[in-house]
Amino acid sequence: MDTREKDIEKLKDYKYGFTTDIENIKAPKGLNEDVIKFISNIKKEPQWMLDFRLKAFERLKLLKEPNWQKPKYPKIDYQNLYYYSAPKSMKDKPKSLDELEPKLLETYKKLGIPLQEQARLNGIAVDAVFDSVSVATTFKGELTKHGIIFCSMSEAIQKHPNLVKKYLGTVIPVTDHFFATLNSAVFTDGSFVYIPEGVKCPMELSTYFRINASETGQFERTLIIADKGSYVSYLEGCTAPMRDENQLHAANVELIALDDAEIKYSTVQNWYPGDEKGKGGIYNFVTKRGLCKGKNSKISWTQVETGSAITWKYPSCILKGDNSIGEFYSIAITNNHQKADTGTKMIHLGKNTKSKIISKGISAGFSDMTYRGLVDINSKAKNSSNYTQCDSLLMGNKCGAHTVPYIKNKNFDSNIAHEATTSKISEEQLHYCQQRGLNPEEAVGLIVNGFCKEVLQQLPMEFAVEAQKLVGISLEGSVG
Amino acid sequence: MNEQLQLDFDKISKTLKISEKEIQLKRNFLKKFIENGFPNRKQEDWKFLDISQIIKKNIGDLSFFNDYSSPNKIDPSIFVDGLEHNKIIFINGRIEKIDFNYEDQNQIEINDEIGKNITFNTENSLINLNNAFTNKVFKVLVKKNYSLKKPLIIYHSTNDKIKSKNVNLSLNFELEENSCLKLIDYFRANSDKNFLNILYNFDLKKNSILKNYKLDKYINNNLKYSFNNIEQESESISETFILSSGSDYLKNEVNCNLNGEYSSAFINGIFSLKENQQHEIRSTINHLVENTKSYQLIKSVLGKNSKSVYQGRIFVDSKAQKTDGYQLSKAILLDETSEFNAKPELEIYADDVKCSHGSASGSLSEDSIFYLMSRGLNYHQSKELLINGFLLDVVEKITDNEIRNLIKNIIGLKE
Repeated sequence: MDTREKDIEKLKDYKYGFTTDIENIKAPKGLNEDVIKFISNIKKEPQWMLDFRLKAFERLKLLKEPNWQKPKYPKIDYQNLYYYSAPKSMKDKPKSLDELEPKLLETYKKLGIPLQEQARLNGIAVDAVFDSVSVATTFKGELTKHGIIFCSMSEAIQKHPNLVKKYLGTVIPVTDHFFATLNSAVFTDGSFVYIPEGVKCPMELSTYFRINASETGQFERTLIIADKGSYVSYLEGCTAPMRDENQLHAANVELIALDDAEIKYSTVQNWYPGDEKGKGGIYNFVTKRGLCKGKNSKISWTQVETGSAITWKYPSCILKGDNSIGEFYSIAITNNHQKADTGTKMIHLGKNTKSKIISKGISAGFSDMTYRGLVDINSKAKNSSNYTQCDSLLMGNKCGAHTVPYIKNKNFDSNIAHEATTSKISEEQLHYCQQRGLNPEEAVGLIVNGFCKEVLQQLPMEFAVEAQKLVGISLEGSVG
Repeated sequence: MNEQLQLDFDKISKTLKISEKEIQLKRNFLKKFIENGFPNRKQEDWKFLDISQIIKKNIGDLSFFNDYSSPNKIDPSIFVDGLEHNKIIFINGRIEKIDFNYEDQNQIEINDEIGKNITFNTENSLINLNNAFTNKVFKVLVKKNYSLKKPLIIYHSTNDKIKSKNVNLSLNFELEENSCLKLIDYFRANSDKNFLNILYNFDLKKNSILKNYKLDKYINNNLKYSFNNIEQESESISETFILSSGSDYLKNEVNCNLNGEYSSAFINGIFSLKENQQHEIRSTINHLVENTKSYQLIKSVLGKNSKSVYQGRIFVDSKAQKTDGYQLSKAILLDETSEFNAKPELEIYADDVKCSHGSASGSLSEDSIFYLMSRGLNYHQSKELLINGFLLDVVEKITDNEIRNLIKNIIGLKE
């Protein structure tokens, strides 16, 4: 096979693997105070924001990278990364979609989300993040009518400093663990959502992340605030181009639900997983945490994790308000040499709090899947309950599936139930499907979809279709 | 503490009748222990209950030298009634008596193995401590095709001569082909604030059966750590039952390596805890070859200020297809201040396996109490009856009739 053919072959494997040629503005390589000042300066941030970053950086110097996780990775040289890169044409911000660089739009098209069309057809407001700066925000008008703020983080810092100042870092403080603190110091952009009191957001809000420039860590920061009695459903989809070297992605997502508010956060993560031999791919070390601050509030995480070389994240809920509810639905699929260590934390602090965890892990090839979760019922959390179910499916005997739940019950009024099973697809089921005319691959696809159904059902319509397809694609070649 | 360790070790090594080389080995274990100290919460396996803190709080300064030159008086009142049995009696860690009167003496061998170096799991600080300070290591060998007629009861008793002492003891067992041993560990303490560290090694050959019952029932202020390492060849069976109830602190660790096909391991445990007790069971079952099976059931009843921890790990090697692994832990919290922690862990590398675990914890169901009270029982009786049924479930798993009845009596369970 000549190189051209090889290239084409490569592209076939990862359909989102292309890089767009756009001149980038980069901060100087390395991690130091000057770089942080550079980022803050180029984004014209106020002094308090810079102070926030520097405080985090001070703290970071004292921290060590955690190493208790199952998937080990070669040491990351934090001085050899770029912490800021933005497409050059962003210097003068476009006023509307038409002013966007055609190449950018083309990129999204390849991703399957032509901004205008998809937005119009699906009624989704897309806040696309191209490398580090939000490119375009659609459907602003409709949202503004309801008083909803949906914009990039940088814009929010400029225009809504009071809200940002009040809530940023309240769920993930600058004194958190290594990667979260790193993000606090150098985050570049992300999404900001504020739903005012009593408003049910009329459409699904959505972001597409893409890592574009090579050797750039993507440090996103998302902050969603649902004020009293409001509701919002937020979708996040991620893809990244193919590269031989590993890229780090350390995002922070903070959710805050006040009295009677509900936030539904769905993720389909399809970062580049590395090639069949395990070369390259994204390190997805993300901190996601939601705070049910008010009474009767609810936060629900749904995730479909099919990409990344290493996925290491635990979307968590802190159930502080009385009667609050936390939910976590997850499908994690690993194939080839991918590794995942994911799960959730449910921390019950308020009375009558409830949480539910449904986790489905599928591992194939040479991959390794770990569910790690914590359910902690505090002594003050009277009459709380948790239900956890985590099932794993194994395909082949070169892969691993692990379950590591931590259960802490300090309250005698509360109940915790935990179940986990690990098995393979049974021969009978396969036989049954094949007898009815499906080929082995289709049969496996069908059974796996059934296995994941409980989680897929939680996804909004548009996402569910994509996720279902992804599940199929991720497992290609793992049967037989 | 380190100076104390060094001093006590020098004293002990003078009394030991072993070669310089063997002393050197022991010295290495001591060195390792001094490097790491008592395990603390920073170590994953000690996350929930931190032994170094508990020793500091409950005992303070420990000393490690025990004078074994003169025998202790055996108090026959501690002996188990109503069950004919063989005996090994430890008092303050000193072997006072070995008695296999019910058995064919040609079928059992007892050898001194003090010089034998134990190589496994040197990460475990307490095993290093044990290896450094044990003064006698006996090995009980049960010969081919022999099943002991009566159970063996090992009495772990202490008297008031010791206080703030660390006592280390270790025994090895080898069960040859087709042999069978029923072993009861029976704890009776007449001392305060000591730390007992017990290490057992079991080597189960083909088709052999080991039944080990560990009974810690009588309230005492000592801290205990017990480690069972069980190596199993094909078709062998190990059954471990743990009653964890008497001591201030007790951690039972069972590490079971299923090395032979069709071997199986069963671990059942009861925590019945009262004021300020903190107990833990940590089990690791390694399924290393095809067609092996393990089953674990752990139940807790937790009173005021008590805390129980269950850490169960099932490991399935990629070679170990057709593994069957099952794990269930349940807890009843009786008081606002009781606490239950669990970490049931599965680590699986083979696809054709059936592994599952479950864990549930909560208070006694008000509905059940209401049901019983509407039938004429008072609140207290209803509660007792429910707890009785809850724990009986575990005791019913004991395969030996005689011993099952004995244990029912000891716990005070009614049918």
